[in-house]
Amino acid sequence: MWGIIRQKVGAGGISAPSMQRIRPAVSAWRSYSSSGKEMTVRDALNSALDEEMSADPKVYVMGEEVGEYQGAYKITKGLLDKFGPERVVDTPITEAGFAGIGVGSAYYGLRPVIEFMTFNFSMQAIDHIINSAAKSNYMSAGQINVPIVFRGPNGAAAGVGAQHSQCFAAWYASLPGLKVLAPYSSEDARGLLKAAIRDPDPVVFLENELLYGESFPVSAEVLDSSFCLPIGKAKIEREGKDVTITAFSKMVGYALKAAEMLAKEGISAEVINLRSIRPLDRATINASVRKTNRLVTVEEGYAQHGVGAEICTSVIEDSFGYLDAPVERISGADVPTPYAANLERMAFPQVEDIVRAAQRACFRSVPMAAAA
Amino acid sequence: MASSFSAAKITQPLPLNTTNTRSPDNPLFSSFKSAPPASSFLGSTHKLRIQRPASARAQTRSGTVVAVSDVVKEKKLKSNAPTSNLLITKEEGLEVYEDMILGRAFEDMCAQMYYRGKMFGFVHLYNGQEAISSGFIKLLKKEDSVVSTYRDHVHALSKGVPARAVMSELFGKATGCCRGQGGSMHMFSKEHNVLGGFAFIGEGIPVATGAAFTSKYKREVLKEGDCDHVTLAFFGDGTCNNGQFFECLNMAALWKLPIVFVVENNLWAIGMSHLRATSDPQIWKKGPAFGMPGVHVDGMDVLKVREVAKEAIGRARRGEGPTLVECETYRFRGHSLADPDELRDPAEKAHYATRDPITSLKKYMIDNKLASEAELKAIEKKIDEVVEEAVEFAEESPAPSRSQLLENVFADPKGFGIGPDGRYRCEDPKFTEGTAHV
Repeated sequence: MWGIIRQKVGAGGISAPSMQRIRPAVSAWRSYSSSGKEMTVRDALNSALDEEMSADPKVYVMGEEVGEYQGAYKITKGLLDKFGPERVVDTPITEAGFAGIGVGSAYYGLRPVIEFMTFNFSMQAIDHIINSAAKSNYMSAGQINVPIVFRGPNGAAAGVGAQHSQCFAAWYASLPGLKVLAPYSSEDARGLLKAAIRDPDPVVFLENELLYGESFPVSAEVLDSSFCLPIGKAKIEREGKDVTITAFSKMVGYALKAAEMLAKEGISAEVINLRSIRPLDRATINASVRKTNRLVTVEEGYAQHGVGAEICTSVIEDSFGYLDAPVERISGADVPTPYAANLERMAFPQVEDIVRAAQRACFRSVPMAAAA
Repeated sequence: MASSFSAAKITQPLPLNTTNTRSPDNPLFSSFKSAPPASSFLGSTHKLRIQRPASARAQTRSGTVVAVSDVVKEKKLKSNAPTSNLLITKEEGLEVYEDMILGRAFEDMCAQMYYRGKMFGFVHLYNGQEAISSGFIKLLKKEDSVVSTYRDHVHALSKGVPARAVMSELFGKATGCCRGQGGSMHMFSKEHNVLGGFAFIGEGIPVATGAAFTSKYKREVLKEGDCDHVTLAFFGDGTCNNGQFFECLNMAALWKLPIVFVVENNLWAIGMSHLRATSDPQIWKKGPAFGMPGVHVDGMDVLKVREVAKEAIGRARRGEGPTLVECETYRFRGHSLADPDELRDPAEKAHYATRDPITSLKKYMIDNKLASEAELKAIEKKIDEVVEEAVEFAEESPAPSRSQLLENVFADPKGFGIGPDGRYRCEDPKFTEGTAHV
């Protein structure tokens, strides 16, 4: 609960006048002023599923509690009544079984959207995501593609313990053959989910439970039923010139808040919402670092072999000469998630951590001693 | 209850090789009484550990086992007349014979090529199990699908993938059915609806269940009313202890999917005997536990397998749901070409060698005047030529070009998606307008 309250104060979910005060950079929000409509991420996902299922009869949803329960997090609310039980399929508790069933039906051209109640449960089905979905187009030399979407909440919620809190972005993004998406706002959620359903390859769609209830402004174009976002393109949420902060999913909100706090100190931060973890938009990240010369990567998952590690290496390979400071990597603590609220707060990046990292990158504070 | 139980276990006695008893101790069909014999692994020299009380308990669970066995039982009564009803016509017999000979000759050639270094990696041969592949797959239409395990060369051949394509794939050449990218364990063919080829035990079963789900979805949602495509899932005895198997038995029966689960029980999972690994080794009994018929059939006898297959596939086509068919069979070679095969009793191997499905069918056809020795020899010669030609073709084919390494990772490598008109959406200039910050 404390997590939700914190975010309501931060980016998103706030009224128009305060938005304009906090976001002087107009370009990223140029269409915003034309429509005052807001939409929660939950409604964005629901509407995207609804429209894609209406447009193409081959799209169906399968997962635990997606039908009569209206979705464990109410993402699939109303779909059962509209499309019937053949297209909104409630399953027994059999992740391996129904993920495999989804893959088998995708071999034949159906377009399943498989929901995992959280991505932690996808580990029971990971063999099918990796070995029978991701690798099939390659092993069959292009004969059999798998237009499947695996979606569900990823990363930490609030106080749910170690087995329900892991971020799997780095795990899935390490494999060729999968596309991995992580939306932040409602616009991201709608556009990326529609693109994922229309995509002919397997897509892992990592949502975030704490973002479901957040409202974001949406333009009329976002509400159009043919709206899609490109897979493999990041979005610059806030332009700046002193330091680049990359983030995805819930951390984008934290990064935006950190950018506001940094602006008060005279540091202009550029916030990049990655949107797509694989393929990673290296071009945008490198262009931004070449402009600002400093980089802070933020993620909720573990540091070792994480998304930040890949971004750091990409920047060093392509833009080494442009870096004025070492890359700062903010990630979750290297522990399974504790339950106690104060410990959990310490185990995940908070806004202050991002601010301090940006300050270190700009030489405004002393770097920490190297960890053991 | 008692009759459905025993009929479910036993297929009808056929006028084929009635002199063959299944094992030294147990005559074949004495168990029209209620309980199966003490060693119900017909032909195995191992003794079953389960005693009769367990079987008696099992009787009460088999309430829904009716469909396959009753029809099959009627056939038995009909075919009691000595010469009237042969189980197979001449054309069908020759087709099945040719398919089994192709499977055997191909696998033998694989072994030769492996030891000469032309084939590499993991190669799992199907010698001895041809009756199951030919018995089931020759009854399918082209649109029906087959999902298999790593022991998949012969399933692909029976389904219609040309021998030269399979051999090239094994040699790793660009003319293989998967252009050399899959290999022995990953035979895919979209044209012939062979959905692989999976290396992981049990991985193919949910995929097969998904293909069957598609068939039902096409009929009910997409309104392709005549879609009655059936899926066959082939897997072994070791797989029947894996979680995914049970998950799929449940869902297939729950949603009445048009699938047949075919267990190729060859009694050995590499070096682990089925009897050492399984609490209740009678796999067919696991079907009724989930509400589908479970049938046990002698997998060394292609005509018996064909009869059971006809009924099971017919059931699936009519929309009556899945069937679990346990075919007791044996592999004459080791688990793979790297397996020294030291744990299996030579007496057991010798026993099963006398029950070779190819010689049994040959004897049946000749005894029942369906074909002459000369005709069968001509088929064998023809198949030898086909296999030789496949090897030559594979030898002469080029290796994959270097540019093939990075191809086919994605159907849409640019990552922008493919629009409704079939073109990459990023090529559409209007795509990146608006709030989509590109």
